[in-house]
Amino acid sequence: MNTDLGPPALSATAVRKAYGDHVVLNGIDLDIPAGSVFALLGPNGAGKTTMVQILSTLIRADAGEMRVAGHDVARDPDGVRAAIGVTGQFSAVDGLLTGEENLLLMADLHHLPRRERRRCATELLARFNLVDAARKPAMTYSGGMRRRLDLAMTLVGRPRVIFLDEPTTGLDPRSRRTMWEIIRTLVTDEGVTVFLTTQYLEEADRLADRIAVLHQGKLVAQGTPDDLKRQVGGGHITLRFADAHGHDSAARALDVLSRDDEALTLQIAGRGDVRSLRALLDRIDHASLAVDELQVHTPDLDDVFFALTGTPVAEQEPAR
Amino acid sequence: MSAAAHAFTDSATMLRRQLRHMLRYPTLTLTAAGVPVVFLLLFVYVLGGILGSGLGGPSGGRDTYVNYVVPGVILMTAATAAQGTAISVAMDMTEGIVARFRTMAIARVSVLTGHVLGSLTQTLLSMTIVTGVALLVGFEPTAGFAEWLGVIGLLVLIIFALTWLAVALALKARSVAAASNMLTPLMVLPMMGSGFVPTDSMPAGLQWFADYQPFTPFIETLRGLLMGTPIGNNANLALGWCALIALGGYLWAKKLYNREPTQ
Repeated sequence: MNTDLGPPALSATAVRKAYGDHVVLNGIDLDIPAGSVFALLGPNGAGKTTMVQILSTLIRADAGEMRVAGHDVARDPDGVRAAIGVTGQFSAVDGLLTGEENLLLMADLHHLPRRERRRCATELLARFNLVDAARKPAMTYSGGMRRRLDLAMTLVGRPRVIFLDEPTTGLDPRSRRTMWEIIRTLVTDEGVTVFLTTQYLEEADRLADRIAVLHQGKLVAQGTPDDLKRQVGGGHITLRFADAHGHDSAARALDVLSRDDEALTLQIAGRGDVRSLRALLDRIDHASLAVDELQVHTPDLDDVFFALTGTPVAEQEPAR
Repeated sequence: MSAAAHAFTDSATMLRRQLRHMLRYPTLTLTAAGVPVVFLLLFVYVLGGILGSGLGGPSGGRDTYVNYVVPGVILMTAATAAQGTAISVAMDMTEGIVARFRTMAIARVSVLTGHVLGSLTQTLLSMTIVTGVALLVGFEPTAGFAEWLGVIGLLVLIIFALTWLAVALALKARSVAAASNMLTPLMVLPMMGSGFVPTDSMPAGLQWFADYQPFTPFIETLRGLLMGTPIGNNANLALGWCALIALGGYLWAKKLYNREPTQ
C-alpha cells in the first residue's frame, strides 16, 4: 500500500443522486489515497453501480463535489476520462471482434503510436492468458475469459484510476481467484488506484485497503477490513428444524438473531469456535431441542448488515 | 491533436470496427441486397409483362418494365439497408461496449459516425449487387460516364440521409425489435411513390401522397440519370429532402446519444 501524502486519487463530498422520488445516493463522502484499493460494499440495488457511473462520468450527480485523478468530474469530464479505466458490471467487449482486435481498437482510441499499439496488445494478451484465444471472436469466450479481456481492455492507455463494478459477479470460484490475483498485482506492480464494488465481504477483505459499506444511499461504515470485521463480530450459526413446533420452542429458548419460519431455521450469533459451539450445544441439550442440522457461517454481507444496521439484507432494498 | 483531428481519427477507428463486423458477418450486406433482388425478380418476371404493357412504351411488356422498375428497386435497397443499420445500432447500444466508449476520452459522436460511414459502404455494396442482377435480367441504362457519376453522388447523399435517420430512430427505440419495426414504413415508401408504377395511375389521395413524399423525387432523379427521362425540378427536391433528412437525423441522433443512460 502506498501511504504517500500526495493528493488523493479520488475524493467526493456530499454526492447526491435521485431518480424521481427514489433517492439512490444521499450524501456520500469519500477520500481514496493514490495507489490503494477501495471497496464499496453493499447488496444489490444499494447504489454501488450508480456511484461508479457518476465517478466515471457516465451520469451526472444531482449535487456534490468530486475529483478523480486531479480533475473535477463535473467541469472537466474529458480530463477524468483520459485518466480512468472502467470495467462495468456487464461485459464491455465487442463480441464480433477477436480478443486481439478488441485490444487494438482500444489502442487506436487512445491514439497510441502504430508500433506501440501492437506491443501493448501482445503484452496484455500474454499477461491475461488469452494468447490462444487471441484470434477468436470474443463472443465465443467463456465468462472468465470475457472478464479478463474486459479488464485487459481497461488497462490499455495505462489509466491511473481503475473502476471495477462487481468484477467477479457470476464467475466460477477459480476464475474469481484468478481475477483477485490480477487485481492485486495491478496495484503492487503499477501503483494504480482501484475503486471496486462488490457484494462479497470476502472479496473486499481479500483485495481492499479500505472498505466502505453502502446502505440506503449512505455510507454506514468505513475503515480497513480489520476494523470492519471487528465491528461485525464473528459470523453466525444456522440451526434447522424438522417441524414448526421444534422451531418455535427453540426460538424461545435461545438468543436468536433472526428466524425464517418457512425454512424452519434460526440464526444465532457466534464465531463457530469450539468453546462457543459447545456452549450452544449444551443449551440445545438442556432444552431438549430436536435440531436437524447445524451450520457455521463465516461473516458475510448479511452479518455486516446485521451488525451495522440491525436489519438483514433482504429487508433493506426492494429487488429491482 | 486538435479536437477536429481527434474526431476524424476516432471516426476512422470506429469505421474500421464497422467494416470488420461487415467482413466477418456478410449476412447483413447480403440480406440488404436480397430483399430488393427478390422484389426485382418478382416484379419483372411475375408482374412485368402486364405492368410493362400498361406503361405504353415503344416495345412494351417485360423489357420496358425492367428499365422502369430498377431505379425504385435500387432505392428500396437504401431502405432495407437502413433497417439493417438501425438493427446494428440498437444492438450496439444494448452492449456494454458503448458504455465503455462513453467513459473514454474520445470524440463522442465518433461511435455514430462510424456506424453511418460503415452503413454507407455496406449499402453501396448492396446496391452494386442489385444493379448487377438488374443488368443480368435485361436492364439497359442509357447513362454515360457523367450520368453514372451523378447516380453515385445522388445515391451517396440519399443513403447518408436515410442512415442518419435510421441511427436516430434506433437510439429512440431502445430495443432491437423496436428499432427494426420503426424502419419498416421506410421500405414501403418506394412502392407508394413512382418506383413501381407511375403515380398518375393511382387514386387521387394516394397520388397526392406519392407526389409529395421524398422517394418520388429520389426515384425520378435517379431514373432520369439512368434512363434519360426528364428530371425537371426533381433534382432540387431530392437534394433538399436529403439535406433536410440528414440534418434532422444527425441532430436528433446526437441529442439522443448525449442524453444520460437511464437505469
